[in-house]
Amino acid sequence: MSNNEFTQELSVIEGKPSLRSLDEIISKPLDTKPDKKYYIALGVTLTMLTIGAVALAYSFYYGIGLWGNNNPVGWAWPIVNFVFWIGIGHAGTLISAILFLFRQKWRTGIARFAEGMTIFAVITAMIFPIIHTGRPWVAAVYLLPYPSQHSLWVNFYSPLLWDVFAVSTYFTVSFTFWYVGLIPDFASLRDRTKSKVKKIIYSITSLGWRHSNRHWRHYEMVYLILAGLATPLVLSVHTVVSFDFAVAQLPGWHSTIFPPYFVAGAVFSGFAMVQNVLIFIRKIFNYEHIITLDTLEKMNKIILLTGSMVGYAYTMEFFIAWYSGVPTEVFTFVNRAFGDYSWAYWIMFSCNVFIPQLFWFKKIRRTIPIMFVIAVFVNVGMWFERFVITVTSLSRDFLPSSWAYFKPTIVDGALLLGSFGLFFTLVLLFTKSLPVISIAEVKGVVDGSQPSHGEH
Amino acid sequence: MSEKILYSYSALFDTPDKIIHAAKTVAEKGFKKFDVNTPYPVHGMDKAMKLTKSKIGWVTLVFGLTGTLTAVTMMGWMMAVDYPIVIGGKPYFGLPGFGPIMFELSVLFGAVITVVALLMFFLKLPNNSHPVHDTEYMKNVSSDKYGILIEATDPKFNKNEVEALFQELGAEKILPIYFDEEEISFKPKIFDKKFIGFLVIVAAITSLSVYGTMNKVLYMIPFSWMSEQGKSIPQETSKVFKNGSDMLPPVKGTVARGYLPYRFKGQPDKAAELLVNPLLPTEENLALGKTKFNIYCSPCHGYLADGKSRLNGNFPAPPTLHSNKVRNWTDGRIYHVIMEGQNVMPSYAHQLSEKERWAVINYIRVLQRSFNAKESDLL
Repeated sequence: MSNNEFTQELSVIEGKPSLRSLDEIISKPLDTKPDKKYYIALGVTLTMLTIGAVALAYSFYYGIGLWGNNNPVGWAWPIVNFVFWIGIGHAGTLISAILFLFRQKWRTGIARFAEGMTIFAVITAMIFPIIHTGRPWVAAVYLLPYPSQHSLWVNFYSPLLWDVFAVSTYFTVSFTFWYVGLIPDFASLRDRTKSKVKKIIYSITSLGWRHSNRHWRHYEMVYLILAGLATPLVLSVHTVVSFDFAVAQLPGWHSTIFPPYFVAGAVFSGFAMVQNVLIFIRKIFNYEHIITLDTLEKMNKIILLTGSMVGYAYTMEFFIAWYSGVPTEVFTFVNRAFGDYSWAYWIMFSCNVFIPQLFWFKKIRRTIPIMFVIAVFVNVGMWFERFVITVTSLSRDFLPSSWAYFKPTIVDGALLLGSFGLFFTLVLLFTKSLPVISIAEVKGVVDGSQPSHGEH
Repeated sequence: MSEKILYSYSALFDTPDKIIHAAKTVAEKGFKKFDVNTPYPVHGMDKAMKLTKSKIGWVTLVFGLTGTLTAVTMMGWMMAVDYPIVIGGKPYFGLPGFGPIMFELSVLFGAVITVVALLMFFLKLPNNSHPVHDTEYMKNVSSDKYGILIEATDPKFNKNEVEALFQELGAEKILPIYFDEEEISFKPKIFDKKFIGFLVIVAAITSLSVYGTMNKVLYMIPFSWMSEQGKSIPQETSKVFKNGSDMLPPVKGTVARGYLPYRFKGQPDKAAELLVNPLLPTEENLALGKTKFNIYCSPCHGYLADGKSRLNGNFPAPPTLHSNKVRNWTDGRIYHVIMEGQNVMPSYAHQLSEKERWAVINYIRVLQRSFNAKESDLL
């Protein structure tokens, strides 16, 4: 073994495919008619979406009394679902922006897809706080500082308003980032397609991109700047989401560990979701050489890392509750683990902390069915984490006379099902309408695609 | 057919090494108006083409800071100038609380305006009428070839020399690119009938949907400003209660607050003996008594309680309250008259609350005293 082998960078794309074959394989789903399986999958997700839409229509007509929210658990599933979906979105930005800044080339194969999932997850998430207001068509206006006849402005000291700004900025910037990445791909598709209609669509969406190096020069700089802006942005979004809880004075919420703990949890659940979906995508569209097993293994390592961080946070919360000596704080945590909601707590703890520890074994990290199941458990666990945080603290507040047990209704369940329906419907439509892998970026990391720099 | 106008000469190459070499050579020969087109950004190309580093970062800096400033001014003006409210004991202008939104708006402005500036000012896009579009050259460079082109307007451009240069560099293919005939003689189609028809249809649909939303949809359930609510309204029938009405009669024996039944019905002597005036003749109570007396009592008894009725004989005038009889009555006895009435006088129990009755009695005592003042009162 020579020294050379240690310094050589490993290829992120297997088998050195020709550039034209990359064009073909990535644009194949756009050029071919969807098959039966696709329609079955779309049928399933649309059914879920319809169930959610019917439940939503009922909630609008009869009011949100149809949900299980009671007094004192005024924030229940809608907020749980909101935080869950926002968290799913965070993996996409982490992959596309933070890993880009760290020059992790393996991200190129999965970045586009993960960014797409970010956008769909944020869309899904934004529905929940708005419908929780009961009259969303009015709330949508009142959330923004606009000069109304009340001559009253919104409260800029409220974390809920910070959320409005954080989430809408996050959506706008993610979407912009995504679209900027898509422009060169639209141009490639425009020059490939033989259909007249598609040509017009791609001409409009590509804005007449010419792959000119005088353009690439600015383009690459903007991509770097956007990655640099998106990195603190993604950290800020879940930080602000955690402020919704941490700024309140409820025991179990009022804690400075929340921002880092929420961000780690968001990345954790997001990576699990991206990994789940990519396992299908690489199989169905034959992208095994682009989204390689190495890539999946690296994602599993991040799941292991963030899972351990979340486990640390759970433990530290307990420690601080005891160490602070605040009786209500101690009660809240003992109640979480051994009280009425202990079942939810232990589902959360085992799914998020114990099960991902299996990723210490290389064999498990590289076995697709096992990693898929583990990631599903992670998502179940992360949904329950938000449930435990929101519901246990609220159901046992300072005044024992107002304690109550929260029970979800069938409408709550239908709305959660509908949110999955919406998310996966958007994902399915995405796979058939846009290139799910960034053509230009992948071409740039194939072996032999960059000059050899003989003079160096 | 007119003669085609040449835009540029272009060459296609196979490998990134070759295109870097070609770009370097062309730049060194002194050409200015040339460009390299590659399916993805090739490392080291900027240096080979002698291009400087992009300055677009300044746009981000300036507009990012504009975002910060916008956020501070907006929140400061709204919270501290236009409508100051104390929220949680925080100062009107509290910078720490403004922090998150200042950050978000900086990122928002910085990111969005940078991209707009990139596309519109740095790249001059959208531009679908550039001569290279729809050429064989473009189709290759957007897939797997590396292309270089030298524009015909470059001062050093010479057809044969450029062609020879490309051949020398090892070009796989050399292609001339011409301006598109259609695009040279392109006329804007703004006044096209179809386009105007399209605009009219869009305008009609927009106005109809806005009219419909504002005047119809917003007045339909459940958008109708909460006019339809699942609640009980007085005088409506009910499916919940046994009596079929939304209003339930009070439980038997219920007494409303402040409406205890009068204990001495028909027993003036007992009232005189047992009822005690709980109200002190304070200035405030006397003022209340005066107000109520002037409203309810004075029309018949007169402002001075001397029986000078303002009703001018429509009713028999009541006797004066300054008689010895009334002066010697206890407060409780007068209270009884207010509660039950006397002779022609009806009960005033419903017009006056308990406190007001005692206040009126106190005021009557003041009037009586003023008519029979002692010398000592003058001091």
